[in-house]
Amino acid sequence: MSRTRVFHRKKVMVYMSCILVLNAVLIGRLVFLMIFQSQYYSAQAQMLHERERSIKAARGCIYDRNGNIIATNKTVCTISVIHSQLTDAEEVIRVLSEELQITEEEIRQKVAKVSSREKIKSNVEKEIGDKIRAYDLDGVKVDEDYKRYYPYEEMASKVLGFTGSDNQGIIGLEVSYEEELKGEEGMILTLTDARGVELDTMAESRKEPISGNHLTLSLDMNIQKYAQQAAMKALVAKEANYVTIISMNPQNGEILAMVNVPEFNLNDPYTLNTDAKGLTGSKFQDALNKMWRNQGINDTYEPGSTFKIVTATAGLECGVVSVNDHFNCPGYKMVEDRRIKCHKTTGHGGESFVKATMNSCNPVFIEVGARVGVEHFYQNLRKLGLMEKTGVDVPGEASTIIHKKENVKAVELATMSFGQSFQITPLQLLRAVSSVINGGTLVTPHFGVKSTDEQGNVVKTYQYPIKENVISKETSETMKMILEKVVSEGGGINGYIEGFSIGGKTATSQKLPRNSGKYISSFIGFAPVQNPQIVTICIIDEPTGIYYGGTIAAPVVKELYENILPYLGMEKQKIVKEGEGEKETSEIND
Amino acid sequence: MSKKNNTPVPGKKRNNYFDYSLLFIIIFLLCFGFVMLYSTSSYNAQIKFQDSAWYLKKQVKATAIGALAMAIVAMIDYRIWKRFAKFGYIVSLICIILVVTPLGSEINGARRWIGVGSASFQPAELAKLAVILFLAYVISNSVKSMHKFSTLVCVVVMVSPAIVLIAVLTKNLSSAIIIMGIAIVMLFVASPKYIHFVAVGAVAAVGGTIFMLMERFRMNRFKVWLEPEKYAREGGFQVLQALYAIGSGGIFGKGLGQSVQKLGFVPEAQNDMIFTIICEELGLFGAVSVILMFLFMIWRFMVIANNSTDLFGSLIVVGVLAHISIQVILNIAVVTNTIPNTGITLPFISYGGTSVLFLMIEMGLVLSVSRQIRRE
Repeated sequence: MSRTRVFHRKKVMVYMSCILVLNAVLIGRLVFLMIFQSQYYSAQAQMLHERERSIKAARGCIYDRNGNIIATNKTVCTISVIHSQLTDAEEVIRVLSEELQITEEEIRQKVAKVSSREKIKSNVEKEIGDKIRAYDLDGVKVDEDYKRYYPYEEMASKVLGFTGSDNQGIIGLEVSYEEELKGEEGMILTLTDARGVELDTMAESRKEPISGNHLTLSLDMNIQKYAQQAAMKALVAKEANYVTIISMNPQNGEILAMVNVPEFNLNDPYTLNTDAKGLTGSKFQDALNKMWRNQGINDTYEPGSTFKIVTATAGLECGVVSVNDHFNCPGYKMVEDRRIKCHKTTGHGGESFVKATMNSCNPVFIEVGARVGVEHFYQNLRKLGLMEKTGVDVPGEASTIIHKKENVKAVELATMSFGQSFQITPLQLLRAVSSVINGGTLVTPHFGVKSTDEQGNVVKTYQYPIKENVISKETSETMKMILEKVVSEGGGINGYIEGFSIGGKTATSQKLPRNSGKYISSFIGFAPVQNPQIVTICIIDEPTGIYYGGTIAAPVVKELYENILPYLGMEKQKIVKEGEGEKETSEIND
Repeated sequence: MSKKNNTPVPGKKRNNYFDYSLLFIIIFLLCFGFVMLYSTSSYNAQIKFQDSAWYLKKQVKATAIGALAMAIVAMIDYRIWKRFAKFGYIVSLICIILVVTPLGSEINGARRWIGVGSASFQPAELAKLAVILFLAYVISNSVKSMHKFSTLVCVVVMVSPAIVLIAVLTKNLSSAIIIMGIAIVMLFVASPKYIHFVAVGAVAAVGGTIFMLMERFRMNRFKVWLEPEKYAREGGFQVLQALYAIGSGGIFGKGLGQSVQKLGFVPEAQNDMIFTIICEELGLFGAVSVILMFLFMIWRFMVIANNSTDLFGSLIVVGVLAHISIQVILNIAVVTNTIPNTGITLPFISYGGTSVLFLMIEMGLVLSVSRQIRRE
């Protein structure tokens, strides 16, 4: 039997030393990795483990002036499937297909997909989501989410606008108050295992979302409702292209109602409101854009006779005409070599300036315009805010289309005097008329009044620029008197309501080209005359049949006012006395 | 000569020595292994088998059988195995060949097992034990010619069938390397010279290089080793995941059970990569403690080897010492990306029934040798 010798022991010691050295090297390597490289590898590992998930912030609600909710959020559900957690795929397919009304094949395809999370359907009603959750199926996730909801559906659709799938405003006030409404997204950082499954036991870091601020508008949904009814009635009766009604408080520019029928359903903004079907691609998009267009703000038109308010104001301001000035209308007026007809081709004969306004007599206004002259005419346009955008808080406002001042000759001036050969938006005209009847203050039309936080504290009260004394008080008083006569005795008689003092002016403008036979009928009316609280413009685009503004547009405003003037706190006055008094004053003024 | 100096005196021989320190460290490592195995494997087990203790149960069963085997082997006089050394070696070679026959079975794409179900085992693990016994027998019989280089060559030729068969038939390079290492260490201890080993080292280096050049796959390992981030798809992913786990452990670790990397990021973390999870959960302190435990175990081997009454016993212990030390060093070197990646398990701690069974038998042999040591 051989024995262990000394050299054997020595060699074992040598090998042992080698092991010690190698282990020392490995420990050194571990120290390097776990102390000096630790931060780097920890960060890399953390990045690998973390999943970021955003939490949507609740978008702020929109209220009307009376606190009615006109835009809010509805809880909807997103149904998704996590492949790795499925235990009974067939049952999942059956239930989802039944509840979501999707074919089994379509769901099977998604369920079979090996992905960390496959979305089956979003924007599912909460009741259906709850029902699916109640099945308690493994691997099926029901996530709640917000969707914008508009309880009034069609009302003020083109003003309010709507939001896209990412809850961002697409048109209207939803766009202009985006920053105020949207709030701040929150964030969840979760740790996941290699398959992407979140680890419940691991602490997650969470940043809470901040809800958006609520917005209060000047809109009054009652007035809006009446205005929409009146507009719809006219739209249907006159088979018109569209009907626009804008009601505003002329004292401060708060818009009480803005209707553009046909409106569209804000809860379903991608469905056309016309019968047109089968449109695809860019044609469909064009149709949508057309449907979403706010004609009161985004489109310009030739105002026609309603613009005579501006011409008359310019004449009075410049002192080139007074209420008692007498004119003669032979049915036309020669301007340079052109014969411009009056709408009454037989002529109005002799008439005072007041009477000429009541008659909406073109030759008289051509004369007044000529007396004012190009320089002062344009100066007046500028003063009344017609050369600039109104600054309304809805995006996409159109600009004035008008001759360059240096190109305006007698003929151009003449046509402009009665509201032709240039284009403005209905809202611009309404603003100009407001400054005429409110004593000379140029206001900024607007919807936004204030924003409040979740607790109802006011965050911001919106201030809008005003310009005072753009015309004199005297001119304003005179214009109100004249415009009241237009309604009580003149061309706007169809807008007259017994017991209320209403002022206004009608217009019938021929659309371009002039021989197309297409018209725009309009009426601007305000009440009460002494201290106007509401001014309304009604525009009927391309009515069929009778197209005179005084005959078809004035009754629309009349119907609206019959409903809302008492609501606005204006009392019906004693008819007989007031009527007599009015007659007396008119006789004096005549 | 040896007989003259240290003749055993009948009557004075008392079998009263038993290395309790070694027994303690074995039990300690096994229990520590269970804890870490459960911590590491419960997530994978839950997903694969819906039983978080699946791996642990199998390991405990194998360890129980191993413990029984260890106790029996420890009680038997190790010198008996001289008679079976040649036979055992041949049986192990046959077992390796059986892997490629229908008796063999494939797990995770590697054909390394024979037998079926719970009765299957890796012949490579048997071969390690068989080679240790065989070499101890051969060397202790030719101790007088060990100074000759020809003897060394002769011995290497005798174990080369095991190495080649394991490397070629089972494509298990790591086990081949370990067996080669065991053989070299045993020859190194047995030979009175040093110079031969420099030569053998050179030959091994050249041979190894040729072998690696033979397969592109092996070359890829080197690229991955040098730049794991760049070659993530070719296997660098695994290396990176290991480094993430080790690095994110820091000095004191995340705490037992708190590893995130074991949740599928480190693939099959309970096998070769278990040390990375120890690093992540127990930190640098835990990792160094594990290394120190192994060093303590190896130190006990050294004491037993140097005090063994005969060369055969001494060489058995040296072989086991070589086996454990090579596996520990290579495993830690691989997971820390100190050397190119190759699948080597961490003794007593990594999951693997065959491995733990044969390790326990080896421990039984060492304990048996220790029992023959006489107290002065």
